[in-house]
Amino acid sequence: MNITAPTFEWLELAPVLIVLTAAILGVVIEAAVPRAYRLVSQVGLMVVSLVAALAVLVENFVSQRSGTLVSASMVLDGPAYLAWAALLVFGLLSMLLFAERRLGNGSTAFAASAAAVPGSVSESEAAVAQHEHTEVFPLALFSLSGMLVFAAANDLLTAFVALEVMSLPLYLLSAMARRRRLLSQEAALKYFLLGALSSAFFLFGIALVYGYAGSFGFRDIATSIGAPVYGDGLLLTGMGFLAIGLLFKIGAVPFHNWVPDVYVGAPSPVTGFMAICTKFAAVMAVVRVFYVALGAERWSWQPLIAAIAVLTMVVGVVIAVAQTDIKRLLAYSSISHAGFILVAVVGASVGTAAGASSSLASIVFYLVAYGFATVASFAAVTMVRDAAGEVHSITGWSGLARRNPFLASVVALAMLSFAGIPLTGGFIGKWAVFTAAWRGGYSWLVAVAIVASVVAAYVYFKVIIAMFFGEPVAGVEVGKASGFTLVPLVVGAAATLYLGLFPGQLLDLATAVGTFLR
Amino acid sequence: MTIPWLTLLGLVPLVGAASLLLPVKELSRVLGMFFGLLTAVLAIVVTTLYVGGAALAEQVPWIPAFGAWWALGLNGMSLLMVVLTALLTPVVLLAEWKLPNAGRWSPQVFVALVLFLESLSLFTFMADDVLLFYLFFEATLIPMYFLIGGFGGERRAAAALKFLLFSLAGGLVMLISVVGLGVVSTDLGGTPTYLLAELAKLPIGAELGRWLMVGFLVAFIVKAPMVPVHTWLPTTAEQATPGTSVLLVGILDKIGTFGMIKFCLGLFPEASLWVAPVMVILALISIIYGAVAAIGSTNLLRLVAYTSISHFGFMVLGIYTFTTVGVSGSIFYMLNHGFSTAALFLVVGFLINRRGSAMVADFGGVQKVAPILAGVFLMAGLSGLALPGMSSFVSEFMVLAGAWSRQPWPAAVAALGTVLAAVYIMLMYQRTMTGPVTEASATHITADLNAREKWVVAPLLAIILLLGFVPGIALDLVNPTAAATISHVGAPDPVAPFGGEGK
Repeated sequence: MNITAPTFEWLELAPVLIVLTAAILGVVIEAAVPRAYRLVSQVGLMVVSLVAALAVLVENFVSQRSGTLVSASMVLDGPAYLAWAALLVFGLLSMLLFAERRLGNGSTAFAASAAAVPGSVSESEAAVAQHEHTEVFPLALFSLSGMLVFAAANDLLTAFVALEVMSLPLYLLSAMARRRRLLSQEAALKYFLLGALSSAFFLFGIALVYGYAGSFGFRDIATSIGAPVYGDGLLLTGMGFLAIGLLFKIGAVPFHNWVPDVYVGAPSPVTGFMAICTKFAAVMAVVRVFYVALGAERWSWQPLIAAIAVLTMVVGVVIAVAQTDIKRLLAYSSISHAGFILVAVVGASVGTAAGASSSLASIVFYLVAYGFATVASFAAVTMVRDAAGEVHSITGWSGLARRNPFLASVVALAMLSFAGIPLTGGFIGKWAVFTAAWRGGYSWLVAVAIVASVVAAYVYFKVIIAMFFGEPVAGVEVGKASGFTLVPLVVGAAATLYLGLFPGQLLDLATAVGTFLR
Repeated sequence: MTIPWLTLLGLVPLVGAASLLLPVKELSRVLGMFFGLLTAVLAIVVTTLYVGGAALAEQVPWIPAFGAWWALGLNGMSLLMVVLTALLTPVVLLAEWKLPNAGRWSPQVFVALVLFLESLSLFTFMADDVLLFYLFFEATLIPMYFLIGGFGGERRAAAALKFLLFSLAGGLVMLISVVGLGVVSTDLGGTPTYLLAELAKLPIGAELGRWLMVGFLVAFIVKAPMVPVHTWLPTTAEQATPGTSVLLVGILDKIGTFGMIKFCLGLFPEASLWVAPVMVILALISIIYGAVAAIGSTNLLRLVAYTSISHFGFMVLGIYTFTTVGVSGSIFYMLNHGFSTAALFLVVGFLINRRGSAMVADFGGVQKVAPILAGVFLMAGLSGLALPGMSSFVSEFMVLAGAWSRQPWPAAVAALGTVLAAVYIMLMYQRTMTGPVTEASATHITADLNAREKWVVAPLLAIILLLGFVPGIALDLVNPTAAATISHVGAPDPVAPFGGEGK
């Protein structure tokens, strides 16, 4: 038996490798650099590495490097480029929030000593000594590297490994909130247990599909669907299990139960990171698995995903109506957005030569618009504070426009984008996914999605009403933030507006390069 | 290089709104008025150019992936709407000059929102691309929402939400159709396009066309409040400031009837003929119901809102008669109603400012304490009931004539509406203005109209009278549009078009 050594396409892989190396260097910094300099060196390393990765990515793109990587276990094609660029940008923006110290009077949003029992002496000692967990940066970078691989994985095994690399650091990060630590730890445990369960489903799905196709590779699976050796049973069951694992990560109903609790319990910067980057990577993986590997079988999975999309949108928006906590509201909103994205996934429409946008282009645009609005809203969440830390109740946000019109306007813009009101990126995003679904023959799904949008609008306008028309609540202040929070806030708002007014470039780019390399 | 007049016209108020983000404080009203007047002047320039036959249309690719264009253009109808918008905005700014700085939101925000709204409305009326139209159509909700929610009565936040949810629901139903239209254009033509001119040529199947048309129509029915989806308007008008109501009823709601002509008739002629009987009945219900509800209203602002619902019934009736006279009359009605409702709302606003209440029962004998106020109130009211000599008479007559030439019975029912109009206006005048001076009126209404207030109503009444005596200046612009629409729909005209009367 001959085993050929895999070839490494170093240049193509460079963005992933840079992020991974930075993560490892970050661990070294924890061991070698004195406490006082750790934060600054971690932030510096993070920014430099992500910018460098982005630069290499752009270089690769301009030089038109593409193809399968590492013996076809990964693939660098148009969608992978788009996903990587977006993940690096959103990763950078949300990790900047990790470094904010001015808002918390000199301490970050993370526990002084996560290992100490909440309320114990050692915890207060660590707090007095102003310890802080700068490990969050390498952890997030590890997670980000997993996401990059996940979005470009070309076989199921690579996808699974990437999924775990992406998830494990997130479980840890979720447990590290400085305030309300028990809630945070509970959230992390819940996330971990459910995440492990979903991974098990995913793994089982991999086994079944392997049994059917005799290979993990997406291309081989697609080939064997065309010329089946075994009956459909293995494939369909395997497909179902794969779907469970993937849909769990994007927070689709009925696999969404972890989302609200984890979003609330985790430190807000981490929630922002999860809400954008995890969702982005997972959606890209969903699209790749279902389009590339299982594309020939789409008559089987389309009804299933359509049903899940309906459930996700409806449950997401209806439960969001009843929320009184801004982070829970954002959590249910993120669930409903997963539903809207699935609407486009179901459409599975391809672009036309004349330049009509494809499902993939619409999904990418939707995610980017959602990402910028999410960055801005989580940056805002960290800024509204009272004596006990962040204020999460929507009644606490009442009258925010009078305390700080700028912040309230940014939040309003993000909410309008979530609601899909024109002049924001969210509107064009909705338009794109609806067009994709309709073109795929799912006009009824578009109708359902639009009904859900009306309900969703009510949810977001509730926040706007509170901020603009409510009376200010005593004790709630808008904290003085440093650039680490203000940059993501302003960039998120500006990009939301830009995408609403000039969506052409991104849409055209996504349409032009949005074909999978099979 | 040619000057993009239409883009310029829409951008001027937007620049004005943006300039009000600066801390100009006391100057905000002056600055707002400057930009409002500048827009009005530009609108007049554009009108002159249009009449002179200049090519004003603009067309630049915007989102190629959807086939959307930055396409602006004018026809007779949209020109009138543009002029209406540009003239009403400075009037509203002047009327709300003394908007109290009631703690929460400063007048500066009001002025900025009004200008922002003006810009969006202008673009809505000028858009020749369905996606562009939809974008601005929906975007107008944002400033209007804040105008209602930020300034006005106690329960304004709830009113703003009600307005928003109704409009948004209607708009999103339309979104289904617009998305569908894009897909259909790709299927039929190969390339996606949202250009109105291209879409009108597509051979859309009968059944699909009907479905798509209904989507558009739902949004427009909600917008031009027709019974039974009108309930948001009285609530909103009651809570909003009169200036906001003028913008809402005078300008924004016109997008409903405007859209019926431009999009429903323009894109789906067959489907529009198919739906006509339903629309005629809905229009008649609106006419009668609005008038009866106005008679029964105890609140002046609600009353004026209900009269508008009745008037919108007339406009819709005119459109769905499918006669050149009817459609012309309907378009002219849109213009006249803008001015006469503005006059009514603003004069009622002056009354409420003095008395501190909007209830009809709280007034009495005002004409003895404030004769000029009572006089302009009567004039505005008479314009609302379409007295001959007022511009609204011409348009109402044309609508009725158009309806009669198609079928007599709807015209007969609608004529009943004109009688009821006389009842609600005269009853309102009698209850508030005539009779002995009540104690409350004597204590609260101490001053007649001041100079500013006179300057608010004077131009409105002047325009109403001018158009009443020389309707030809507007009808000459409207008739070609109406004739083109009717010939596009393909319904034979039962009577010869007219419109030269009064010249």
